[in-house]
Amino acid sequence: MIETQGVSKAYHDRLVVNDVSINISKGGLTSIIGPNGAGKSTLLSMISRLTPMTAGSVQVDGLDITRTPGPELAKRLAILRQHNESILRLTVRDLVAFGRFPHSGGRLTEADQQHIDEAIHYLGLEAYQQRYLDELSGGQRQRAYVAMVMCQDTEYVLLDEPLNNIDMHHAVGMMQLLRRAADEKGKTVVVVLHDINFASCYSDQIIAMRAGQVAYQGTPEQIIRGEVLSDIYQLPMQVHELAGQRICVYFR
Amino acid sequence: MGLTKRGRWLLSLTAVLALGSVLGFMTLNVHSDWAFIVQYRGTRLLAMLLVALSMGLATVVFQTITHNRILTPSLMGFDVLYVLVHTLALLLWGTEFGKGWPLESRFILEVTVMVSIALLLFRWLFNGSVRGLHMLILLGMVGGLLFRELADLSARVFNPSEFSIQQGSSVANFNRVNLQLLWVGLAAAVFCSGLLFHLRRQLDVLSLGRDVAINLGVPYRKAVTLLMLVIGALLSISTALVGPMLFFGLLVANLAYWITGSHQHRWTLPASVLAAIVCLIGGQVLFEHLLSTRLPLAMVIELCGGVLFIALLLRGVKQ
Repeated sequence: MIETQGVSKAYHDRLVVNDVSINISKGGLTSIIGPNGAGKSTLLSMISRLTPMTAGSVQVDGLDITRTPGPELAKRLAILRQHNESILRLTVRDLVAFGRFPHSGGRLTEADQQHIDEAIHYLGLEAYQQRYLDELSGGQRQRAYVAMVMCQDTEYVLLDEPLNNIDMHHAVGMMQLLRRAADEKGKTVVVVLHDINFASCYSDQIIAMRAGQVAYQGTPEQIIRGEVLSDIYQLPMQVHELAGQRICVYFR
Repeated sequence: MGLTKRGRWLLSLTAVLALGSVLGFMTLNVHSDWAFIVQYRGTRLLAMLLVALSMGLATVVFQTITHNRILTPSLMGFDVLYVLVHTLALLLWGTEFGKGWPLESRFILEVTVMVSIALLLFRWLFNGSVRGLHMLILLGMVGGLLFRELADLSARVFNPSEFSIQQGSSVANFNRVNLQLLWVGLAAAVFCSGLLFHLRRQLDVLSLGRDVAINLGVPYRKAVTLLMLVIGALLSISTALVGPMLFFGLLVANLAYWITGSHQHRWTLPASVLAAIVCLIGGQVLFEHLLSTRLPLAMVIELCGGVLFIALLLRGVKQ
């Protein structure tokens, strides 16, 4: 379980995340939604110790993230942020292999190679594994980074806007893959999403943030409702049930 | 994940060239007895090997932790910073308190001060408050100029007869090597390179960027601080021995990336040292014995490095 207690982040005097206490239970897919500047990404990067907290504490399986040694945490929790620009000329396979670093310290064993093969297969990157990252399209590169995070083989997988800059085809593929990771591999997946319809169709839990605070938390049935979403986004919204999925309409 | 065939060939070729340079340096045009040659050329050779080792390693590691291939510690003015610290320290050594200190302890104290200032500067420049590579290069250039002018000024104000390294502080000189610091420099350089080679896999992860490195469990802040200390020490050694060199590190680091075509520090670190040996000692052999020219090697190396710097900048602008 991921547990945050009174987590806050302030830049100078401006509170970006304000006293957030949430529990994300093991298993399933949890989406974090909310308007721009609500503090979604900041919260995610504080949970994954990329950004230091101004106040509060975060525990992952009872381990305080500020006191747990880096390698120990890296075997339990993986984080992928939006911008992953590297100056290195790496092949896809080299990048994925880095996911084994917390386990092997960079000395790859036979078992590590199997994990790498499996992650590459899981993301459907076999054909590209010897290609260099800078030769790939944005969507393929994104998949390569997700493969690295999968190869890290952690219980918790945190992704910050994994659908950014990829087309509909790849976005659906990515969400299906994360769903499968939760269902088949029993991973706990936490994603920050902008598209609330993706959140509606794929999540078990939704955390809705507004102005640095958690406004709502619940199942898609509880959150994907006209009055709730209108409140979060300050925009009139209608929710329709289409083919068994709750779809939000707000375009005009 | 070894080297490609091309990488292996080029690396072997560089190693052979480096070995050839060292042998050539020791054996060409020997006119007097061997004991003298070994002593006279041997010490100079050792000093140049140390410079090659320090500059190569320091630059590659600096570029790894700053995630770019244009900035070097020399371009940020860190070597001129050592000259400034050394010049100001001469004030202290002139007093009653400082007179009894042996040269080695003076050197160690100066390096400690220089490394601390460099670490503070690094923290200030690279904590995200200064955005953009070009801004950093500009700040580095201005900082370097400032340190250099301050060093020159203090050299003029204080007693000029006491300056040993200060002579020719603006350009490196391989014929006037400061041999007194050779042994303490050797010990420090061997220790630093052993440490870096031990950390080679962590360096690979660090080159992926801060977020990915933390995700993969590298204690980022601690690791970067340690590496900056090592870079500061290596740079001090090189500067104390021959003086500051602006573009030499840039030249050999990029040669190393080109030779190996790899991102792994187990290859790029040794390749940078070998490339530096070929440039320094091979260049010396070429100029002194084969061409018999009086052209200063440091100038030629700096010219090549400078051209490369402009080329890299232009390519960066295009992208």
